[in-house]
Amino acid sequence: MSEIATMTPEAVKEQPGALRFYGIWLIAAIALILLPLVFSSGGSLTSFSLIGIAIIFALSYNILLGQTGLLSFGHAVQYGLGGFLAVHVMNAVASHDLPIPLPFIPLVGGIGGLAFAMLVGWVMTKRAGTVFAMISLGIGELVASSSLILRSVFGGEAGITTDRTALPHMFGWSFGPQLQVYYLIAFWVMLSAVAMYALTRTPLGRICNAVRDNPERVEFIGYDPHVVRYLAYGFAGFFAGIAGGLAAVNFEIANSAYLGATQSGLVLFAAFIGGTAYFFGPILGAILVTYLQLGLTNVTTVWQLYFGIIFIGIVMFAPGGIAGLLMMHRPLVRAGSLAMVIPSYLVAALPTLALALGVILSIETVARYTASQGEGNIINLLGVPFDATKPVTWAVAAVLVVGGFLIARLSWRRVAEAWDRAATIARDRGYLA
Amino acid sequence: MLELIVISTLNGVLFGMLLFLLSSGLTVIFSMMGVLNFAHASFYMLGAFFGYQLTRWIGFWPALVLAPLLVGAVGMAVERYGLRNTHKHGHVAELLLTFGLAFAIEEIVSMIWGKSPMDYRIPAALDFPAFTVFSTNYPAYKIFMLAVSVAIFVALLVVLKRTRVGLIVQAALTHPNMVGHLGHNVGRVFMLVFGVGSALAGLAGVIAGPALVTQSDMASLLGPILFVVIVFGGLGSLPGAFIASLLIGLIQTFAVALNGSLASAFGPLDPGLGPSVLTDVWNVTIAQIAPVLPYVLLVLILIVRPVGLLGTRET
Repeated sequence: MSEIATMTPEAVKEQPGALRFYGIWLIAAIALILLPLVFSSGGSLTSFSLIGIAIIFALSYNILLGQTGLLSFGHAVQYGLGGFLAVHVMNAVASHDLPIPLPFIPLVGGIGGLAFAMLVGWVMTKRAGTVFAMISLGIGELVASSSLILRSVFGGEAGITTDRTALPHMFGWSFGPQLQVYYLIAFWVMLSAVAMYALTRTPLGRICNAVRDNPERVEFIGYDPHVVRYLAYGFAGFFAGIAGGLAAVNFEIANSAYLGATQSGLVLFAAFIGGTAYFFGPILGAILVTYLQLGLTNVTTVWQLYFGIIFIGIVMFAPGGIAGLLMMHRPLVRAGSLAMVIPSYLVAALPTLALALGVILSIETVARYTASQGEGNIINLLGVPFDATKPVTWAVAAVLVVGGFLIARLSWRRVAEAWDRAATIARDRGYLA
Repeated sequence: MLELIVISTLNGVLFGMLLFLLSSGLTVIFSMMGVLNFAHASFYMLGAFFGYQLTRWIGFWPALVLAPLLVGAVGMAVERYGLRNTHKHGHVAELLLTFGLAFAIEEIVSMIWGKSPMDYRIPAALDFPAFTVFSTNYPAYKIFMLAVSVAIFVALLVVLKRTRVGLIVQAALTHPNMVGHLGHNVGRVFMLVFGVGSALAGLAGVIAGPALVTQSDMASLLGPILFVVIVFGGLGSLPGAFIASLLIGLIQTFAVALNGSLASAFGPLDPGLGPSVLTDVWNVTIAQIAPVLPYVLLVLILIVRPVGLLGTRET
């Protein structure tokens, strides 16, 4: 009885009004339309297009990892095959003058991804867990290495190129300028995101969650977990194929890198860093990962190492991802006890920042000291120049790392205590189960 | 032809034994801790690079002992400070941690040593032909590699089957909770097993480094094959891993040595089509499809026998 009593207030408050619910989607759509008007430079348009593709791809990955509990190391296979099919269809349309305009090409990619997922999915989804992870890795490697052998289809190392403007125009748009491609991508992002969100609300989406949490019980209520996993795999493949088709339209090329392990790893990073437990998590992750990828490559040669470190940090300290961290605070905000935690956050931020700066400084020092690929020895960190060959720099890095670590550990303990007090209040007021 | 068969069999057994040095550690770690260590091939790479660096500083023979110990220490640290803390978040988190580690280790290695192959040479004491089969000189270093792998294999067998530690490890494979209830420090056993497994991978790296290529992408090239081996052999089965290692070693080596293709076998029947998938398949040599073969085997075994060759687990 007491359980019901404590659950009720939250259950009532969990129901968002229809206005609020559709409002979020409406705001997202308006934001997508207005973005290029605010940031109109060519560079930012390219970035937005990449981020849009990454969002669809990461959301499709979350159908597997977040909704169904399937950890895949080969999701880029569907993405890449969708891209290749899209390129081939685009070339065929252009050479035979078929009446298929460009905006429908991503759908072709989706069908390609779906077809391959349906083909291999039945064998792959027989078992979940570690075995599925290994098989997805194996299938990924199989397709990636086969793509280098079947040159007529995959074009070898060079890939296959196409020309998106050669297709029939639609609404008088040639899709030559990046702005028009951006709007095409934005349209598909909106459509796919709504479709994937709707999928989570269907009985199939719900039974996927059940298969993730307790496959045995799902069998007892009369569903076959294998079939459910297979369907989820098919849907994930379809949306990954759409992302691949959009990538083919955007870059006007498809090559074997689309299918590779790096691409599969990046989408896993994006979904997990963003947070797999909430629908919007992978969106955050895709934005962050793409942004970091574009931003860090200009700043440092070892940007992939920072990726790895961020990922390890998230896995170890915040397995809910960014979305999980944000949503953790929701009960506290509602109970009005968030203010108790903020001072301890501010105290903890300083040594944590020092630790991060120390790690960055040591990595950059090692990178300059060993590889010395003609970038000079001066590291510019927060406007302060450091000379990688001077012992002073090493000492500063060591002090920052060791000191930052020790103080950060203490201050995070304080955060945990403050958190406990704030959570107790939230629990007393019935906002936290 | 006979020459090719003899040489390829030798090379295949050698590659298979190397694979087993890696897959044995991976299998034991998996069956004890339920963690599939994605970074296992990275420990192999670390072994090769530590071996290379130590060989330059203090010579090959001390490096042969020191480098695996160093890698083992790294492995124990990963278990103690990484996996043990992640355990409470479940197996997926553990798997992802090792995935992130594999990614980071590759980046660190290529940051320190660069992306080009290392000049890791066979030690002078072993740089002579051991014997001559038909007209081919078989290098002594390969015999040395084979001897080391077999010695480790025998040592592992003796430790597992004949010692008290081996008994505890065997028991912890199937009944980790019961072993804990009997008063053994399961956490320490896990850490030691992880360390020994990593050290074995490191040893494989030190001895394979001079014979194969020591490069920062060696882990990502070997890693997937390693997973094929343990899934093919049956997850958690040591004998299965042994058979699968030898099988895949032999298949890979023979495929690389054979140069036939459909076109060369049935040349006169050339369908004479234009460039298409069929002509690609027609003209591809067996050597070219060698990298694909392990994955084809994986798919086949999953269709025919999903638990693997000697596997019993449904995990």
